[in-house]
Amino acid sequence: MPETATSPFNIQIGNDLTWNVMPLLHEVKHALNKLIESGETTVIDLRSIPLAPGEEDRILQTLGVGEIQAKLNALGPSEITETRYAGIWIVTHYNDEEDIIGRFIEVTMMPEILCSQREDMIAAYEAFDTTLEENNESSVEKSE
Amino acid sequence: MTEIDFLNWVRGPGFQIATIIFVAGVLIRIFEIILLGRKANLAEAKGSEMSSGLRTIVTRSVPQADSFKRSTFTIVTGYIFHIGLFVTIFLYAPHILLIKDIVGISWPALPTPVVDAFAVISIISLLAILIHRFSNKVLHYLTNFEDLLVWFVTIAPLVTGYIAFHRIGFTAPTLLGIHILSVEILMIVFPFTKLMHAFTLFMARWYNGAISGYRGVES
Amino acid sequence: MTNKFDDKNKTLGDTLRSRGISRRSFLKFCAATASMMALPPAMIPKVAHALENAKRPSVIWLSFQECTGCTESLTRSHSATIENLIFDSISLDYHHTLQAASGHAAEAAREAAMEENHGNYILVVDGSIPMDNPGYSTIAGISNYDMLMDTAKGAAAIIAVGTCATYGGIPHAKPNPTGAVSVGDLIKDKPIINVPGCPPIPVVITGVVTHFLTFGTIPELDHIGRPKVFYGQSIHDRCYRRPFYDKGLFAETFDDEGAQKGWCLFKLGCKGPTTYNACATTKWNNGTSFPIEAGHPCIGCSEPDFWDGGGFYKALSMPTENITQTALYTAAGAAAVGVAAGALNRAKKNAATKAHPNTTIEDLEK
Repeated sequence: MPETATSPFNIQIGNDLTWNVMPLLHEVKHALNKLIESGETTVIDLRSIPLAPGEEDRILQTLGVGEIQAKLNALGPSEITETRYAGIWIVTHYNDEEDIIGRFIEVTMMPEILCSQREDMIAAYEAFDTTLEENNESSVEKSE
Repeated sequence: MTEIDFLNWVRGPGFQIATIIFVAGVLIRIFEIILLGRKANLAEAKGSEMSSGLRTIVTRSVPQADSFKRSTFTIVTGYIFHIGLFVTIFLYAPHILLIKDIVGISWPALPTPVVDAFAVISIISLLAILIHRFSNKVLHYLTNFEDLLVWFVTIAPLVTGYIAFHRIGFTAPTLLGIHILSVEILMIVFPFTKLMHAFTLFMARWYNGAISGYRGVES
Repeated sequence: MTNKFDDKNKTLGDTLRSRGISRRSFLKFCAATASMMALPPAMIPKVAHALENAKRPSVIWLSFQECTGCTESLTRSHSATIENLIFDSISLDYHHTLQAASGHAAEAAREAAMEENHGNYILVVDGSIPMDNPGYSTIAGISNYDMLMDTAKGAAAIIAVGTCATYGGIPHAKPNPTGAVSVGDLIKDKPIINVPGCPPIPVVITGVVTHFLTFGTIPELDHIGRPKVFYGQSIHDRCYRRPFYDKGLFAETFDDEGAQKGWCLFKLGCKGPTTYNACATTKWNNGTSFPIEAGHPCIGCSEPDFWDGGGFYKALSMPTENITQTALYTAAGAAAVGVAAGALNRAKKNAATKAHPNTTIEDLEK
């Protein structure tokens, strides 16, 4: 959950510190429209936009939390949250030390990172096959 | 020479050279004018020199109806760009900071967009003045090199300042350096041209008024 | 030793797969890498494809007149995982602060790497090179100049890290006692990527190395050799305090109301308007903050000669010299000259009056 912006340095955060919050949210709105109209997905890197202290929190608060919250563990944890607006997702990648290494707004039906990957499925098939064969062998051994 | 070298030079030795020429030039000229003196007026004084002189400084700053009608354009554009120059030079925060650094006094600044607007208006009126100068036959005939030089060194800091603030074309250090350099050129040209009127204007007006005051007539 | 050669032909994809890293993890790694390289997210698939096939290049890192701050910046940067994967995928063959070998063995490692990868290795340099007396800085008895020129010969590209290597930095500051120069001052025939900063932002260093590793090309550079993706915009233009500058709201001291409210630091000497770097967006300490956010003006450390800009706390619009003194001395001198000139003019005038013959009626009637 995003924390509300309280700074130990008593830095007061105005309501219109940079010009970036509203334009960004509008960009997300247009991206959602594009997704509905043509199925085109959009990814916005939150790190590439200059934001004042507390502004990222304000963006996250505006978008809120919706029905899906997924966690994955791949080179450190990641959080994938569908916001209260269906089709708008927040993807946050952490490293092993739980530092944020990337945060994206994805406007998509399903973030790519949640989908099973073909290469992994091929490896999984082989692994599964091996497991089953081992099971088979062991059950054959038992029955003998 | 890198662009930062250039910026450091105009902020350092360049500004020093310009200051020396400006201060020395202006002071020497003012001393010369004052020390020139006038013959003692042997006629009896019919009024006060001082009060008439001071009044004239004010009255001559307000255009008279008939001369305003005759040269509306010159007076209006003249006022606009002088006010614009005043605002951009003296009410822009970084400039006030410069003055504070040298003289030690400061005052509140105007918001940047306001100063920006004044700069644009000044640039437009200066351009209009140049066009007028060439489109008017008499003015064109009277125009000499000095007029054009003075026009150029006046508009240059406005234009370079505007470009530097909006960072058009080059990178910031280069643009800021060019802006400061343009001001230094203005400072160097100042004492040797009619730009000196900024200092001599009020002296001259006072003197005109004082002569009339001594004679007891309206100036 | 046999797989040393194999290592070099292995792609990054092979390395990752052999470590059991899933495709999903790899995608996450690519997303973080693209973000680090300041590439738009649409480039992630391209990054993935390039990284998959990236070879493991040899890197030789030379440190000259420097404080090791650049290396510290890099090695103290966050996160083991992602950067480790990047640095596991290069072969750092020489770095005299980090390597285990010392003395002859260290120099032998450098020479071996140079020979084995001639024409293909990346040379990273931090620190400036003294041109006055070579004795000011030597490594294993070799002068910095000789080592640089020798090592640069076989390099595919040179990455100058830190303001010392890129523009001379602090050693080059007036009066430059060692005659320090930058890498770019000495080497003209190799592609050089300048990554200035004192120190540079760690992810900018890794970002540039990764760009070369990923695409095998030099990123687009600005007029003083800096990658545009990171140094394309001034601190001022990307600063979240910029609206205060425009409104004319400034902190006047470090503890006044303005400072507490986070107003613009221009008056306190901020060099943000003339400084190009990624601090305002990439930020420091794993994206936590950057100097201006912490309440200190930008000192302009990624620009040439930032040390000679008239003082860190002197506003950009202020002259760097003592102009008050100049003006006062000039005024005193000018007053004297003015008085002398005035006296001379008077004398002239009096002489002229005296020399002027009086004309009488008799004269006219003649």
